[in-house]
Amino acid sequence: MKIGLNEALCSGCRVCQLVCSLGHFKENNPKKAALKITGQFPAPGRFQIAVCNQCGSCAEVCPVGAIEKSNGVYKIDSDKCIGCHACVEACPLGVMFVHKDEKAPIKCDLCGECIRYCPRGAIFDADQAKEQEVSRG
Amino acid sequence: MNGYGGKILRIDLSVKKSATVPLPEDLAKDYLGARGVAARLLYDEIEPGIDPLGDKNKIIIASGPLSGVLVPASGKVTFASKSPATGGYGDSNMGGMVAAEMKYAGYDVIILEGTAAEPSLVIIDDDKIEFASAAKYWGKGAMIAEKMLKEDLGDDFQIVTIGPAGEKLVKFACVSHDFGRQAGRTGIGAVLGAKRVKAIAIRGSGSIPLADPDKVIAKGKEMYDACFTNPAAKEWQDYGTAGVTPWVNEIGSFPTKNFWTTYFEKHQALTGQVMRESIVVTDKACFGCPAPCGKYSHAQSDKYDVFVEGPEYETTALIGGNCEMPTIEDVAYGNYLCDELGLDTISGGGVVAFALECFEKGIIKKEEVDGRELKFGDIDSFKYLVEKIAAREGIGDLLAEGVRTAAARLGGGSERFAIHIKGLEWSGYEARYAPAMMLAYMTCDVGAHHNRAWAITHDVAVGREEIAGKAPKVIELQHIRPMFDMLGACRLLWVEIGFPLHHYPEILRVITGYDYSLEDLLKISEKVWNITRAFTIREYGRFDRKYDYPPARFYEEPIPTGPSKGHYIDMDGINALLDEYYELRGWDNNGIPTTAKLRELGLDFLIPDMEAARGK
Repeated sequence: MKIGLNEALCSGCRVCQLVCSLGHFKENNPKKAALKITGQFPAPGRFQIAVCNQCGSCAEVCPVGAIEKSNGVYKIDSDKCIGCHACVEACPLGVMFVHKDEKAPIKCDLCGECIRYCPRGAIFDADQAKEQEVSRG
Repeated sequence: MNGYGGKILRIDLSVKKSATVPLPEDLAKDYLGARGVAARLLYDEIEPGIDPLGDKNKIIIASGPLSGVLVPASGKVTFASKSPATGGYGDSNMGGMVAAEMKYAGYDVIILEGTAAEPSLVIIDDDKIEFASAAKYWGKGAMIAEKMLKEDLGDDFQIVTIGPAGEKLVKFACVSHDFGRQAGRTGIGAVLGAKRVKAIAIRGSGSIPLADPDKVIAKGKEMYDACFTNPAAKEWQDYGTAGVTPWVNEIGSFPTKNFWTTYFEKHQALTGQVMRESIVVTDKACFGCPAPCGKYSHAQSDKYDVFVEGPEYETTALIGGNCEMPTIEDVAYGNYLCDELGLDTISGGGVVAFALECFEKGIIKKEEVDGRELKFGDIDSFKYLVEKIAAREGIGDLLAEGVRTAAARLGGGSERFAIHIKGLEWSGYEARYAPAMMLAYMTCDVGAHHNRAWAITHDVAVGREEIAGKAPKVIELQHIRPMFDMLGACRLLWVEIGFPLHHYPEILRVITGYDYSLEDLLKISEKVWNITRAFTIREYGRFDRKYDYPPARFYEEPIPTGPSKGHYIDMDGINALLDEYYELRGWDNNGIPTTAKLRELGLDFLIPDMEAARGK
């Protein structure tokens, strides 16, 4: 699975953030989601979606090796994490999210819930889309 | 308390102090939230007879138990106050993000009291409440101020603002939020302006406790999936509320030329389809909405180049048809002007159309409008009038009072075409050939507004000739639709894509633990309907059914053109509608709830005030 974005379709509803925080914390809390929606208003009237692309910059700078890659996904071991936020600084997309109640930053683990529940198809599985494209010839 | 932020935040602007108290469990259980809780608090806390724009009025901002939770379209917040437009009960709700945000900050209800000494901001950041000068933002357009505040405070604050019209106490000033959402009706923007509050900024980091988190996730997802597979959702999302414009013209109910007629010859230029193709940039959702009706547009001509959310159907009806704008771009520009000035587009369009008719009839004279030639269908005339109104300059100062007061002062027979009930200008469904809709307007608790009972589809379904038998459906709708307003959810999924009602008690149960059936929820809605009615009766003192009457144009002038030509409902018909309605409601012949009815509903606290009103 690879997250693909079509920001022109995003309506800013925040359902992605809700299913993300519910999936990981069982809480309705967009501030505990591993992705962020930003509106650009009044002009040009579009939404931007910030979400992890699994580049691994976070793992490179983690001083305690709390972020490891498995099956193509970088995950944080929150027990190992010391809350230094070096990864937050290093993240080129600004998608290592800090919440005051959590020691470890909140990071996308590619669970796919945002893709499943985006009402607009603004967040989609790029791998699957590619497969469909190939199969269509 | 599961499903709730858990606290009421009370802010005294006069002394810049705030206090929090726990949300009383009984209040939540009895009134659910949002509109329900706000109505009860307003009744209890507002001293009868106060000036709506004086120090003693309050603004109650309330979310609901569904706000901020994984429930489709759970983004509605209620603003309630004694209305400066009607002098009675006022509330208006809007979508956007602020209902969720206030709950994440821990507040179900925010009560604003007193008056700030200077233009102020109220900044609510979780438990931290701050007051700051709004000098920098005062006088700025509502969306401009929101943009500035997001830059100054942080993009993750949710901002509620007023525009210059609110600052100048225009009686139909709105409350603005999220670059194009408005609590438009009943003039609550003016109450904020009177309190010298330019903006409220809210940021919350918390979560909402849930009775059964696993079941909330399962039920919430089930509701979203049901929306995704709903066959009506696509058209609704493509065109939003503007999709209804052709139909309202076909049935001859489209406000046209200050409600002179009900069919706009140029309506094909204003349809949702035209709008989508020519100006829409982005579909813009409120919190949690899977089927966004918000259309964000970019309107350009040689006179303007603006971004605006909308036009909604209501704006198209009142600025488009009622002021006869020839293009969707002109409607969008009129919408933009109202949004930045902080004017409700419904009342704004109604007041401008009233002024244009007064000008045509010589009741407003050329020398009163800087020597201008004011015309229907002319965006320059519209711009001139709304800017005068928002600044309260010249004729604008009188028009800023709304059509009821303006007609009373202008005279010349203008009362006949001052289209309002109880001082609130009529919204987008002309009802001379729609008796159920007429009754819905007459009995709406805030004045001439459609959203409590959109009964016009019932008229068309069962036949529009018959007067008798329309009240039961109006009452049913007046309980269902405001139920959504108590829960903090948007009714439009139910109205527009037929989303089933059974979901709501089910999701409420797993969120709050309250075991209510749909019938229980509708009973609460009936209670609230009686409270809001009682509030207005208490304020009006000597209440009688005349307050429920429409303007004379609607009961004396047959519709002159279009599909509904020749129709109107005469005074006998008007009274017959009310007779049936009052009886079914358990209200007396003057429309005052009877003691027996209030006892039945467990509203004994209203009995002394209603008995006093009956005796007057």
